[in-house]
Amino acid sequence: MSGVYLVREWQKQKVDESGALSITTVLSNPPAVNVCRRYTQTDLNRCFTNALLSSPITDTTPYEMRRAQELNAQLGPKGSEKAMDLLIDIHNTTANMGLCLIFYSSDLMMLHIYKYIQSKMPSVPVRAIIMDIPLSEAFSLESVGKHGFAIEVGPQPNGVLRADIFNLVKKSLDLAFEWIQEFNSGCTFKAGEVEAFTFVKSVDYPRDPATGEITAAIHPQLQDADFKLLRRGDPIFLSFSGETVKYDGEDNYPYFVNECAYYESKTAFKLAEKTTMTFPSISVKN
Amino acid sequence: MSSYSNTARVNEARRVAIFGGTHGNEMSGVTLVNLWMKNGIEIQRKGVEVKPFITNPKAVEKCTRYVDTDLNRAFTPENLSAPTGDDLPYEVQRAQEINRMFGPKGSPEAYDVIFDLHNTTSNMGCTLILESSKDYFNLQMMNYIKKAIAPASCLVLLNEHPLLKYSTSRSVAKHPVGLEVGPQPQGVLRSNIFEAMRVILKHALDFIEMFNEGVEFPPCSVEVFRVSERIDYPRDANGNIIAMVHPNLQDCDWEPLNPGDPMFQMFDGKTIHYQGSGTVYPTFINEAAYYEKQQAFVTTRRETLVASSIRKA
Repeated sequence: MSGVYLVREWQKQKVDESGALSITTVLSNPPAVNVCRRYTQTDLNRCFTNALLSSPITDTTPYEMRRAQELNAQLGPKGSEKAMDLLIDIHNTTANMGLCLIFYSSDLMMLHIYKYIQSKMPSVPVRAIIMDIPLSEAFSLESVGKHGFAIEVGPQPNGVLRADIFNLVKKSLDLAFEWIQEFNSGCTFKAGEVEAFTFVKSVDYPRDPATGEITAAIHPQLQDADFKLLRRGDPIFLSFSGETVKYDGEDNYPYFVNECAYYESKTAFKLAEKTTMTFPSISVKN
Repeated sequence: MSSYSNTARVNEARRVAIFGGTHGNEMSGVTLVNLWMKNGIEIQRKGVEVKPFITNPKAVEKCTRYVDTDLNRAFTPENLSAPTGDDLPYEVQRAQEINRMFGPKGSPEAYDVIFDLHNTTSNMGCTLILESSKDYFNLQMMNYIKKAIAPASCLVLLNEHPLLKYSTSRSVAKHPVGLEVGPQPQGVLRSNIFEAMRVILKHALDFIEMFNEGVEFPPCSVEVFRVSERIDYPRDANGNIIAMVHPNLQDCDWEPLNPGDPMFQMFDGKTIHYQGSGTVYPTFINEAAYYEKQQAFVTTRRETLVASSIRKA
């Protein structure tokens, strides 16, 4: 709900600029918003690969695929000179992930914005998840802009608007705009390094082989422990019959732990590697 | 200790039901009932039939609160007596079916006890919901449960409010008991919430077994929170929300809210303060499903109810 209410509020206040920046606000999936569901027919945020954006629309094309092509026309086209310079997509998660910026590959501008936001919000966990996928296969909305990132903030239940989470989202956007304005006005941001997380794999729930129903819940020690190192032997599931299932893999960092929307995509949690990204300074081209 | 004439004689609770999935996205109840339908050994007790039951299977399948209308508001006299038909909303048809199976509501044939399992996005912890301050059987059971799980807490919410009381699925039974455990997002199963609900039911069934065996429960006092008022979000002329539950109030279910305390935060940061005449105890703070019911939270007042001793008739 954070993104829905923030965009609605800016549209009500007719916010279309911040300093010299021109801002376009969009409610990406209005029918889903109206019924307060993730999507109506298919997940909009998986529809932005090059292949899906160029596939022909027929009578049976799901709503979200059509909408993705509309959004691509309005905010892109993806990969072209006409695309938005920066596309920010606001999300919430039921997982205890704090504030995460999610972006494709090591976009230098994104790394600087992340570092800037992190440095100005020291009392909040601010992290980056970098998706190492070529642009053509990038499936989410922010890949349509020349630069783009998703802001994923949690924990917040679906359908709930928490003031503390809303305030975090708003603050991080204000900081992103601040950075961009300083960048545009000729400021050089110096080289540095940041920690970031990169996806390794997803882990599903234990399931009944006959029915496919889950047979365990995320273990209380893993619940809400996003980004805390998971070691071999640590508990990950507690079955309904009382058995503890232990983690049997490489030491890694869990995230999206118990995200509501991922039950259907067979993900109890994802695992990431932590890396240190070193990056050069950045300044606007003259 | 208690004299015979002061002891309320209550019929044995021979038939008990446990409802899950009244709201299809409240996962503790759905999971527990499905588990017990497969293997009910945990809920078996001597001398009582305990039937686990999914009340809203279509909503459970879609992982949504309801399909056409809220099942937990559907057990009104009008709905239950309406002529059956496929044109009725799905949940009204379900209400009639449930009333046939576990009722009829208000009749001697109705089930003795129904536990209705719910989750909430509010930070309510374990809450038992009572529909009548005169139901000594339920009061004694709730007293037993509270003592059994101490020092863990289980509070009692009493909704006897003439306007705010609603026609629940459990109201079909002679002794309706709501179990509300949170916070848990819709569609999510949290292990601690699931196990807490399971433990409460264990104690509830233990109480029923003991009661049926003839144990007399001495008089007791039970602290309850009585529903007082529904407070909606501030809205604009079009009905859109213009403020959020204030960070100072968020997650503070059952804590005192005094006049002048922060209550809502507008999108621009401005605070709206509580303007009531006295201290209240808010609950159901920021429950996802209540945005459409015009409710940001309910206020309650603390009260002590006394139950006479009870023994089986």
